[in-house]
Amino acid sequence: MRESVRSWFREELSGMEEFLDTEEKPDASRVERKSAVRRWEEQLLSNPQMQREIQRRQQRYHTIYRLVAVLSCVLFGLVMLYMIAHMPHYGFANPRADEVASRYLEEGLKETGAVNIVAGMILDYRAFDTLGESFVLFTGLVCSLILLRVGARNPATLKHDQYFDTSSDAILHKIGVLVFPAIIVFGIYVIFNGHLSPGGGFSGGTILGSAMIILSASAGFGTTDRIFTYKRLNLMTFAALGFYSLAKGFVFFIGANGMHNPIPKGVPGALLSGGLILPLNIAVGLVVACTMYGFYSLFERGRIGHA
Amino acid sequence: MSISEIFKIILLILLVVCAIAVNLTKRLLPAIIIFMAYSTIMAVVWALMESPDLAITEAAVGAGITSILFFLTLRRLSRMELTDPADEEAVRQADEVEETDS
Repeated sequence: MRESVRSWFREELSGMEEFLDTEEKPDASRVERKSAVRRWEEQLLSNPQMQREIQRRQQRYHTIYRLVAVLSCVLFGLVMLYMIAHMPHYGFANPRADEVASRYLEEGLKETGAVNIVAGMILDYRAFDTLGESFVLFTGLVCSLILLRVGARNPATLKHDQYFDTSSDAILHKIGVLVFPAIIVFGIYVIFNGHLSPGGGFSGGTILGSAMIILSASAGFGTTDRIFTYKRLNLMTFAALGFYSLAKGFVFFIGANGMHNPIPKGVPGALLSGGLILPLNIAVGLVVACTMYGFYSLFERGRIGHA
Repeated sequence: MSISEIFKIILLILLVVCAIAVNLTKRLLPAIIIFMAYSTIMAVVWALMESPDLAITEAAVGAGITSILFFLTLRRLSRMELTDPADEEAVRQADEVEETDS
């Protein structure tokens, strides 16, 4: 918009040539040219005719913006309502989609060995989806690392660390340290019982990550830096994703070639059962915990650990 | 109508109210808190719809981690908005030095 305003003004007003053709003076330094342009812009904006024109264009822009926003919202809502109208009623049988669901519910326990059929679904039947989700989280961490990392030697970071060190608050510090082990134990419980009860890698990993966040927010980053260094976080994420890919690749290879699966299913209901579901849950939990803490650390101070 | 049905209807109405209120709130901090409330209500609704896996994840991710990240982003943004004239002058000088160098 500024470009069009400038061209309009170029036609309307004369006598500004000395500022307008500053680009053509090769002997003027860039700083001089820049300040000349700045002066010219200030004069432009103080002109009442100019101000009216800018206001008129801004109003037109806002009208169109609001119209398009409302229209797209209404359109999206209508599409969603149309979709909902064609969905089966909640709790009623749907012959088109129930084939797979009933198969999972009837044969799931026998085929996957998981009492919690949801874990059997997301980590056995649909394990490829879960691998993709883990990689999406990992990609998110890498992207925020690229965008938000400022590094430990940046003077702004050191200043920020001094200002926002919360460890001086005694009550917060003590409560955080007191609560931390309980949340960690709960997270580990949720991950390890993923195939027996509701929960699993994603929720358990988030609980572990939030325990780390609570500790670093209450007791300062010094405590968590000892556990989660940049190197260890990378190593853990890499090991978990690599293990997941290799284990699932192995299972896919065996299944595609019709070979016998050597991984024991175990007794349904026991802690060590469900074949690969427990190790995969641990892998997903590690990735999610690392990602959540990494996000927090990057958002809070622009680095993970000391690096 | 049983009590659980009334409870469900109240929760669903609250859900819609929260979803609209997030959009209509001008200030960002209350908007984040309403968003948090939305996630918490959603977690209860998931639990009532007999999907506890989703309820746990919604409570941990939706109400917990997402809100923390929103709060941190908000703090970062509000710190950026606090412009000190001295800082602005320093930034401008640094710009000019950079340009004369290049």
